[in-house]
Amino acid sequence: MKKLLLTTAALALSAGFAMADTVRLGTEGAYPPYNFINDKGEVDGFERELGDELCKRAELTCEWVTNDWDSIIPNLVSGNYDVIIAGMSITDERDQVIDFTQNYTQPDPSAYLAPSADVDVKSGVIAAQSGTIQASYVASSGATLVEYATPEESIAAVRNGEADAVLADRAFLLPVAEEDAGLELLEELVMIGGGVGLGLRESDTELKAKFDAAIQSMKDDGSLNALIEKWEIGLTF
Amino acid sequence: MFAFCSDPASLDGLAWISCYLTTSKHLQLYYAVGTVLLLLAITAPAALAFGFGGAMAARAHLAPLRWFGKSYIAVVRGVPDIAFFLFFVIALDQAFEWTRHQILCPDWDQPIRQGNDFVVCQAAKLPLGTAPQWVHETYGFALAVLTFAIVFGAFAANVLFGAMRAVPRAQMETAEAYGMSRRQAFWRIMVPQMWVYALPGLGNLWMVLIKATPLLFLLGVEDIVYWARELGATANPRFTDYPHGDWRMWYFLGLMVFYLGFTRVSEVMLERLMQRLTFGQATTGGEAQRKAA
Repeated sequence: MKKLLLTTAALALSAGFAMADTVRLGTEGAYPPYNFINDKGEVDGFERELGDELCKRAELTCEWVTNDWDSIIPNLVSGNYDVIIAGMSITDERDQVIDFTQNYTQPDPSAYLAPSADVDVKSGVIAAQSGTIQASYVASSGATLVEYATPEESIAAVRNGEADAVLADRAFLLPVAEEDAGLELLEELVMIGGGVGLGLRESDTELKAKFDAAIQSMKDDGSLNALIEKWEIGLTF
Repeated sequence: MFAFCSDPASLDGLAWISCYLTTSKHLQLYYAVGTVLLLLAITAPAALAFGFGGAMAARAHLAPLRWFGKSYIAVVRGVPDIAFFLFFVIALDQAFEWTRHQILCPDWDQPIRQGNDFVVCQAAKLPLGTAPQWVHETYGFALAVLTFAIVFGAFAANVLFGAMRAVPRAQMETAEAYGMSRRQAFWRIMVPQMWVYALPGLGNLWMVLIKATPLLFLLGVEDIVYWARELGATANPRFTDYPHGDWRMWYFLGLMVFYLGFTRVSEVMLERLMQRLTFGQATTGGEAQRKAA
């Protein structure tokens, strides 16, 4: 028993030294294909592969953490993790609180998902996840906005008739529409947001420079485009 | 988990269910049940200790101590739980880090508050940025226990404060007549007798505490409600080997059975405890027991 304890202690210590440069990546884990929890209970998706590759290129040891979308910015700012990698679009409002790296996806059009094509998205009841660019767009478009804490709940609201349609990133809605015969994507697209970037604390300029360089190198050698195509995120660079 | 689970798409019926319910993701749900039970097992005695301390402070003869006890009860009981959990925990965490920062990094020249950011030196981080994930999780869990203990401790303090006053005054006078000091009378006469008055209130608190555990997710601890929501969400065949529709209803039904079963067991246990505490007491319950015997 004593030996076992000593070995674990030694292991814990050596592990501590090995991870001298640990960067904690915070994600939501509920927004496929960007990020989701797979059958093994691990974070998976486009951003998982992207984040691991970026950390490799920037020579950082990274650790994945999941956090509720609602409190994802406050927890970054107070230092519970170092990077937000959660399909977060770059907007001016968010930029006032945190910093963004350069975008790693093209501005992805948002789309409406509805039971039928004849929904009036200008005056109907539209669901969106709270605190997203889509929610603020709906609020200013004249339609009635209903907000939900998770992406899943915003789609469930359309299924059970609480809302006429849901507005979200097209890449997220596409696999849902393919699976569910009762729901279809409307043709109308909305262009909002400036693409998705990593969110960092404004004081973390050094880390931001490292990730910016890593994203640039992935853009240059085409590996980012390969990932975007693999996960069907949208337009390539 | 089982050998035949390698190709879930070819399975159906019971085999599929048994594979589905034993994915690593489901194991985390079962693990979360353990987390919740552990939290209750640690929080309940801790909250009782906070409550006892609070009640004693509120009865103290020393005025500042009495003010402290009374304001603890009044303030914590008055603040909404969610506000308390969101604000207090971040503040507590930052207070720890600030203190460590002052001690460990005296020659740090940058401000700690930079705009929105709370920046302390690497050595002052709690837990250290380099610590493995389980340390972070344990730390989060410990913060959760402390917060729950403080919140529920205030309610328990109020219950115990009332229970201490409910012990018949004549009992204390008799103790004093026998020459006991205030301290002796408190520990030997009042404390053993007050539990029977406190138990209904404490039992209520226990029931509320059981149901308050979903607040854990606000603190970053993944509890059973989080996993039920996550596992019940529509599973798209592109992202999982076990596709299914919106099954949240079934998962929440399971949770309901769990919580109802748990509260029912608690009720039975509390009833038994009440029987025991009533024995020989000068209450109507005690009187009924005496007559029945």
